[in-house]
Amino acid sequence: MPIRRDKRDRYVEIEVSAPQEPLWVRCESCGELIFRRKLQENQYVCPRCGAYFFLSARERVASLVDDGSFTEFLPPRVAEDPLGFADQIPYKDRLTRARKETELFEAVLAGSAQIQGIPVILTVMDFRFIGGSMGVGVGEILALAMERAAQERKPFVFVISSGGARVQEGVLSLLQMVKVVVARERLAQAAVPYVAVLTYPSTGGVLASLGGVADLTIAEEGALVGFAGPRVIEQTTGERLPPGFQTAKFALEHGMVDAVVPRAKLREELSQALSVLVA
Amino acid sequence: MSDEERLKVLEEKAEELRRLAQANGLDLSAEIAVLEEKIAELKRALCLGISPWERVQMARRPDRPSGLPFVQALCEAFYELRGDRVVGDDPALRGGLAKLAGHRVAVLFHHRGATPEEQRRARFGMASAQGYWKARRIMEVAARLDLPLLTLINTPGAYPGVQAEAHNIAGAIASCIWQMLRHPRPTVAVILGEGGSGGAVALAAADRVLILENATYSVISPEGAASILWKDAKFAQEAAAKLKLTAHDLRELGVVDEVIPEPPGGAHTDFTGTVEAVREALLRHLGELTPLPLDELLRLRYKRYRHVGSTNSAH
Ligand SMILES: [Zn+2]
Repeated sequence: MPIRRDKRDRYVEIEVSAPQEPLWVRCESCGELIFRRKLQENQYVCPRCGAYFFLSARERVASLVDDGSFTEFLPPRVAEDPLGFADQIPYKDRLTRARKETELFEAVLAGSAQIQGIPVILTVMDFRFIGGSMGVGVGEILALAMERAAQERKPFVFVISSGGARVQEGVLSLLQMVKVVVARERLAQAAVPYVAVLTYPSTGGVLASLGGVADLTIAEEGALVGFAGPRVIEQTTGERLPPGFQTAKFALEHGMVDAVVPRAKLREELSQALSVLVA
Repeated sequence: MSDEERLKVLEEKAEELRRLAQANGLDLSAEIAVLEEKIAELKRALCLGISPWERVQMARRPDRPSGLPFVQALCEAFYELRGDRVVGDDPALRGGLAKLAGHRVAVLFHHRGATPEEQRRARFGMASAQGYWKARRIMEVAARLDLPLLTLINTPGAYPGVQAEAHNIAGAIASCIWQMLRHPRPTVAVILGEGGSGGAVALAAADRVLILENATYSVISPEGAASILWKDAKFAQEAAAKLKLTAHDLRELGVVDEVIPEPPGGAHTDFTGTVEAVREALLRHLGELTPLPLDELLRLRYKRYRHVGSTNSAH
């Protein structure tokens, strides 16, 4: 799925459709038709215009960790559909469809891994899974991973790709913001470092909780970083958004992140950061 | 005539009778009693069978008891602390040090304003980044001085604006949640009106969370949910019911510890009574929490939030 950018370098929200595996992919930013394998080799960055495409959680894991070092944790048992929610579609059906389409249990994938030889606990979100939204399941997976990182004294790495809270779980999704921060406190008590990696998009309740309280924060070049989405800001306040608003560069200039790196350099950047974070 | 207007007419009539009785030394107690009975009945009717959507409207009333007047009525003394010490001050999220029934406490609260001008300035209770950075600062002051922390919540949500983003409002909200969870003394939150999303949860990571009977607490406004999930604002009423955002739903979900009853007719019909009810509940919960040693307080806090939603089910 491509991320589109308009002429003023603002990020434009994208439509998420069912994933297909066509041989050719069109870059929605420059219109170029790209051979899929070529795009893959280029880590899903358009070879012509440099626009970023989404990475699935599994592709992201593969791009960051030492080959074969990732061991996925078992999914936790949580109350599914705690409110019995239905809009046009029952929430249960949405969940089932997301699971089938992404082959993931939830919008975040967790496991232990090594990054250039350094053992870490790694959690990676997947935007294709109901917009990477955080509900009880995501909160539980993240909290368990942090508790494990604290216990095993391994750095905790969290790669964000999320539109915010899982609205279908109501106030319980809002309270996951508290759940992940209370678990984050466990890392602090154990003096275990926590690195956040912001990608497209890092917004809403995930940024305003766990994403906002890392020891070290790296943004991928194509990231969108903000509390409210661009459309919400425009609609609520009528303000015009300045060029480059909520880009990774904007976040760096406004003191929100420690580094901005292109996707191809992310693994190297992470290992450099980890090298000063672990003994 | 609406029930609310009829109620007002009846109340004025009762007042008139009391005045007459006093001025002319007449005994009108029987007539007054009949009127008072009617008034009570009407007030009960106004409160019973209120739909979630109607409660959303009640929670949003501009005359709902909250903000600075509420804090001034609640506490014997209140000294406001202003400014985040970096960027500025926010009129929508305020706080300071206070005395409550003789105890020193720190208080944080949303302020929506009474006059149209004040409401505009306070963006109807939507605090920006400065507000949440200030709240974090006041939490730190309270921690240093070893004071319990009280928060009074009434906000449609945090302000979504260009400046708010430039000053890292997401980081400010996250920092408030974290600081509140680390607080070395008891923390009690009361949702007085709207508990809107991230702007509310930033002040609600408390040991005890209380809510007024007609207040709400939600991840998104019913209008927002309708437009995102139903793609049609017409479904706001349905969304209000499905989001389980009323006080009684929240109690059932285990999200709040106590529902504080409102006077018949709603909190806005009785400012003093509402303040008294909140004060009684606050003191009772603080009284339960204060004797706990810090490690026990933190253990209970961890347990409460670590498992939120994991074990509960509405059905
Ligand atoms: Zn392109």
